[in-house]
Amino acid sequence: MMTFRKEFDQGLEQLNQWLVEMGEFVEQSVEKAINSLKDNDQEQAKKIIADDVKVNEMEERILELGLKLIATQQPVAKDLRRIIAAFRIANDLERMGDLSRDIANAVLRLQGEPLIKPIIDLPRMGEIARNMTYEAIQAYVDENVDLAYKMAKDDDQVDALYSQISRELVLLMMENPRNIAQAQVLSFVGRYIERYGDHATNIGESVVYLVTGKRPDLNA
Amino acid sequence: MSTLIEAKDLNLFYTDFHALKNVNLTIPEKAVTAFIGPSGCGKSTLLRTLNRMNDMIAGTRIEGKLTISGTDIYSQEVDVETLRKKVGMVFQQPNPFPKSIYDNIAYGPRLHGIKSKQKLDEIVETSLKSAALWNEVKDHLKRSALSISGGQQQRLCIARALAVNPDILLMDEATSALDPISTLKIEELVQDLRDKYTIVMVTHNMHQAARVSNQTVFFLNGEVVEYDDTEKLFSNPEDQRTEDYISGRFG
Repeated sequence: MMTFRKEFDQGLEQLNQWLVEMGEFVEQSVEKAINSLKDNDQEQAKKIIADDVKVNEMEERILELGLKLIATQQPVAKDLRRIIAAFRIANDLERMGDLSRDIANAVLRLQGEPLIKPIIDLPRMGEIARNMTYEAIQAYVDENVDLAYKMAKDDDQVDALYSQISRELVLLMMENPRNIAQAQVLSFVGRYIERYGDHATNIGESVVYLVTGKRPDLNA
Repeated sequence: MSTLIEAKDLNLFYTDFHALKNVNLTIPEKAVTAFIGPSGCGKSTLLRTLNRMNDMIAGTRIEGKLTISGTDIYSQEVDVETLRKKVGMVFQQPNPFPKSIYDNIAYGPRLHGIKSKQKLDEIVETSLKSAALWNEVKDHLKRSALSISGGQQQRLCIARALAVNPDILLMDEATSALDPISTLKIEELVQDLRDKYTIVMVTHNMHQAARVSNQTVFFLNGEVVEYDDTEKLFSNPEDQRTEDYISGRFG
């Protein structure tokens, strides 16, 4: 059967490719941010903050291309859902980029002082959230609804670790008021990673929407 | 919405060619139903069965049942003239009579026995108003219908169809010969008319179907592939062939 949509298909393919690139970038940025916390590395943190503008630009070009495709190709059905999903995913990834930047800012607030406790669970949380992002993008590329659901389930582990870390930090604060400033910063980092996981879950929702046209609530 | 038109196991043959295959369809009243599909898919054929226009094509044979308000329109008792009064039609090319604007509208009512000048004036005015043409032509109703623009002529043809007070209005590619502004005017008109009339339209313009209709039927090779609310059919169709057609992958 003859097809008549070369330019349109190329545009959609480009959109896919840019989303994958953006996903990889955001995956790396959270990993680097948490490493900078673990190593208390102020220089690395500054670099992550400076890099955030790149994520914003990546979102911008996805929005512009999607807008152009809607205006010129009048997409319907799955083509239209693909573009709507791309907008939503790009928006989630942009927020995830911001959260990596927030973690890096928290590292700067620590000012290189020795840490009140070894950082173990926050990196574990970060690793799960990073892997969720990887799987979310993979689910998008392969249009794999099962993987989207599986990935969203991993968010429960992130949430559980967050509760555990919060409790520990409260105890540290009660133990010694000198811990309060740093414990608060670390508690915020926990919150940022937890939010990061929620956005990854949103990407899973967008994948389900793209494939089935229905909007599940995977964050529930 | 209650059903006005119903096709049951409808088959149509043009001599040897099987043009409609086991069509089962219910069309609700006072709504716009659009038929879409590639050339030769049967959409215009089905439209023309609704007022028996296919009767004029030699070698046409119909099997199955087609009812309007419960009456089988292919039964012997049905008077074709009465049927066509109830089921008006507008074609691709505007086809006003080479008469005045007034006489174009009054033609049908006169044929059906209305002689009173006052009554005819009234019909002309309400029909032209319903077709959103009154304000543009009210000061020169005696002018030839051929002197107005193509878009105006098409609205005149709609007014002419409305003048005999039909229940159903069939539109066969009614905007494909018009410029974009005239097209939008007709689309707007269709949306105004759907509160009073049952409208069935054939269109090659999928976005027109998406904009204007409540229900959409997708035809392929003489069969109904999918029939659903327009919103559903254009956002999340059930059948892959529908998806491929509306996304421009073939056709």
